Amino acid sequence: MTTKRTFRVWRGSGEGELVHYEVEVNEGEVVLDVLHRLQATQVPDLAVRWNCKAGKCGSCSVEINGRPRLSCMTRMSTFEPEEPITITPMRTFPVIRDLVCDVSFNYQKAREIPSFTPDPGTEPGDFRMAQADVERSQEFRKCIECFLCQNVCHVIRDHEENKEHFSGPRYLIRVTELEMHPEDTADRRTISQEEFGLGYCNITKCCTEVCPEHIKITDNGLIPLKERVADRKYDPLVWLGSKIGLRKGADTPIAPNTRKPSSAPEQ
Amino acid sequence: MSEITRHSYDVVVIGAGGAGLRAAIEARQQGKKTAIISKSLFGKAHTVMAEGGAAAALGNVNSDDHWQVHFRDTIRGGKFLNDPRMAELHAQEAPQRILELEYWGALFDRTKDGRISQRNFGGHEYPRLAHVGDRTGLELIRTLQQRVVQLQQADAAEFGHPESMLKVYAETTITELLKDGDRIAGAFGYIRETGDFVLFEAPAVILATGGIGKSFKVTSNSWEYTGDGHALALRAGATLLNMEFVQFHPTGMVWPPSVKGILVTESVRGDGGVLRNSEGERFMFRYVPDVFRSQYAETEEEADGWYTAPAEHRRPPELLPRDEVARAINTEVKEGRGSPHGGVFLDVSTRLPAEEITRRLPSMYHQFRELADVDITAEPMEVGPTCHYVMGGIEVDADTGAALVPGLFAAGEVAGGMHGSNRLGGNSLSDLLVFGRRCGLGAAAYLDELGDARPAVAEAEIRRAQEEVRAPLERKTGEDPYALHQEIQQTMNDLVGIIRRGPEIEQALESLDKLRERAAGVRAEGGTIYNPGWHLALDLPNMLLVSEAIARAALERTESRGGHTRDDYPAMSPEWRRINLVTYLREGRVDQRRQPLAPLRPDLMELFEREELAKYLTDEELSGTERTGASVDPDGHGGPTEEAASAKEDES
Ligand SMILES: Cc1cc2nc3c(=O)[nH]c(=O)nc-3n(C[C@H](O)[C@H](O)[C@H](O)COP(=O)(O)OP(=O)(O)OC[C@H]3O[C@@H](n4cnc5c(N)ncnc54)[C@H](O)[C@@H]3O)c2cc1C
Ligand code: SF4
Ligand code: SF4
Ligand code: FES
Repeated sequence: MTTKRTFRVWRGSGEGELVHYEVEVNEGEVVLDVLHRLQATQVPDLAVRWNCKAGKCGSCSVEINGRPRLSCMTRMSTFEPEEPITITPMRTFPVIRDLVCDVSFNYQKAREIPSFTPDPGTEPGDFRMAQADVERSQEFRKCIECFLCQNVCHVIRDHEENKEHFSGPRYLIRVTELEMHPEDTADRRTISQEEFGLGYCNITKCCTEVCPEHIKITDNGLIPLKERVADRKYDPLVWLGSKIGLRKGADTPIAPNTRKPSSAPEQ
Repeated sequence: MSEITRHSYDVVVIGAGGAGLRAAIEARQQGKKTAIISKSLFGKAHTVMAEGGAAAALGNVNSDDHWQVHFRDTIRGGKFLNDPRMAELHAQEAPQRILELEYWGALFDRTKDGRISQRNFGGHEYPRLAHVGDRTGLELIRTLQQRVVQLQQADAAEFGHPESMLKVYAETTITELLKDGDRIAGAFGYIRETGDFVLFEAPAVILATGGIGKSFKVTSNSWEYTGDGHALALRAGATLLNMEFVQFHPTGMVWPPSVKGILVTESVRGDGGVLRNSEGERFMFRYVPDVFRSQYAETEEEADGWYTAPAEHRRPPELLPRDEVARAINTEVKEGRGSPHGGVFLDVSTRLPAEEITRRLPSMYHQFRELADVDITAEPMEVGPTCHYVMGGIEVDADTGAALVPGLFAAGEVAGGMHGSNRLGGNSLSDLLVFGRRCGLGAAAYLDELGDARPAVAEAEIRRAQEEVRAPLERKTGEDPYALHQEIQQTMNDLVGIIRRGPEIEQALESLDKLRERAAGVRAEGGTIYNPGWHLALDLPNMLLVSEAIARAALERTESRGGHTRDDYPAMSPEWRRINLVTYLREGRVDQRRQPLAPLRPDLMELFEREELAKYLTDEELSGTERTGASVDPDGHGGPTEEAASAKEDES
């Protein structure tokens, strides 16, 4: 079954506009199929980012009728028969061209988080971890880095000025994931508050709603992280340790020289 | 004309999938200044799609597993055409590579005693695939990505800048390798986001560009799979091995049309799923070939017993190697016993409780629910063969990954030899790690030997590379790249697909000839910034070159083996088993020669029963008098060159 649909697609970069197209749609198709048909039949240079077309790589994030979604997993049958479909790039990131954004902000934030830190006394093959203990972190490792949660979070969506101090839900759950890893020895609780901006999050849960992997970002990630941060503050041992300069239980600092990398090497 | 940005590196890795990232990590760990280049964003390479797992004889689930058993399975799966040294290194080193990933933060599913759990897969004698649900590729790529970040953090601490020694150039496409005399000197390409051109000057280039699936209409592969690495290597003077072997995965989605080809992981069968035809028959029992007869169950009862008591039962025939299952499905459909949309039924709903299915196969559950309105816990899936993997690839030295061109290395799907005529599931992810690392080491050793004698890129070459890339944008008239791409896909799918016939392949070659002429005048509208039509126009010559290599090799090999089935030559030939078909360019055109395959070492030969060997080897090989003066020419023309034969001998 083939029908004609109206698509309104954002064209342009800094300056741009919605352009109307009439395009064929077949049974069973997803929005990305229709964008591909537009490229093949009407606008060969329409910029669209995608890769797997199977919901696995997180490349094809856009806003469809105002909702942040993966275009390869949004079926045309989810819209009303006459409903026009408006497709715009993610709003939180600068537009490169048409539907493609500059998402480098995210890679920048990823680099600031202290990496997995096993006990230096161990070596590959030493770990014994129960399934129940890895499952919590595994949930966060399902993340396909589509950045839809980053895009939707109001802390940075219309607040460019917050970007420097807020890593966004994706990277806060990365911190949670590492904190919950049974073999990790670093302590990122203080920096999650002071450097990654956990305090900006007021648990609106918008991020959880858009996550295509159905990760419970707030309930399983952000709230438990907030609790751990609170525990950290009131932990008398840690407090004493920091007073008398004990190494043990020390806070792990943000990875050095990773924020706003200057071209002139410091040192 | 746009500016050309220049960068200078020790090692340039083209590809940010499992192989590329592992290679880059190793090169950096060896102290080399390394660039990683990828057509897609960092962390999104095609490896991310891998589902089932990574094969490694860790022996965590069944302690009888050893590298020798893994080696034997790999050779069996490849129908004895594998490069024996590669298969050996792979089986030996895969466990260390998996444990190393765990040490970098990967969280695999666990056994009861807290080790890495392993699952069954087609062709593997024991549960062998380390996995995370059905998203193992994501775990692999994310872990390697995070390891790259960790190394960058260390560099930031030491040198003040995270990208001082290891940098990722995302959404950057390499269009040409540049040489100084016979040696690699660099790589030229364009950056999607800015439309700028870029030159990487480097004495060592590692190709890790993956596969070729986008030359076929029905495929599980992503848009990146246009065979760039295969084509870049050919044009740089390297050789490709056995390009006729293309794996059609037996279970791709068949409906709705827009998702046709998307993979349904083999884990569905590994975890108990069965194949049925429209008559409800579990048909795979009828398709167990002689060479595998002794290892596979003959009744449903025996097959089902295997899932719980593998020692007392033989394996279910659903777990035969992929080529066998794909051909069986093809036959069922052709003989009229297919499902409504031209596949067969794959059912797990009557085999496992619903919650077990959603736990073990979450992405399959998700994929069918979202894309096909099918609830796999309640009803069967419809599946059929889809182009999945290319066994053929760049001819490399097993130990170092070095191609025939000095300074050029290759690892991962783009490299050939490892998987013979058919790859076992799970053997790719481990291949990426084992040979990715070896390439990194190989490149570092090459650099150390080179010392200060660095090759240089000639300016004229750079200008020519740039003009070629700009050409489609400057044509005022010309054909549309999208239409041409569809024609290539249709041609390969119809004429060089899962079942091949001589006259059809010849027809394909004729069509490809015409398509090549047309593609030479292709026109792209628009500018240089993120212009998909232009990008596709530049991919077309690569797809055409690789398609021609596949078709020519498929025509030449007059036997059926693994991922190459000739309807007109249905038998497997012991004479052909000893032959590698090598593709190279002669004056810009695809040419081929035959070259003997290295024999199995006696200690490895002993892993097989004589009876089994007799099904694959020539009498001469069996009696142990092989090689000396042996003819490797089964049908009497176009034997290998003396030179090639002795080169191969030196290597082994
Ligand atoms: C759906 C699916 C499921 C699979 N499941 C499994 C499994 O369970 N187990 C298993 O072992 N195998 C599996 N495989 C196979 C396996 O995933 C691939 O063979 C493997 O990931 C290939 O990895 P690679 O590193 O060689 O290349 P890729 O991961 O494909 O990476 C290629 C890289 O090269 C880059 N590139 C390509 N051309 C250029 C160019 N011209 N310039 C710059 N960069 C370029 C790409 O952008 C990309 O970064 C599966 C495959 C598919 C399609
Ligand atoms: S819950 Fe927190 S992180 Fe998520 S969208 Fe709301 S404010 Fe942002
Ligand atoms: S957490 Fe979910 S929404 Fe956020 S980037 Fe990951 S997959 Fe996307
Ligand atoms: S294209 Fe990969 S998630 Fe949509």
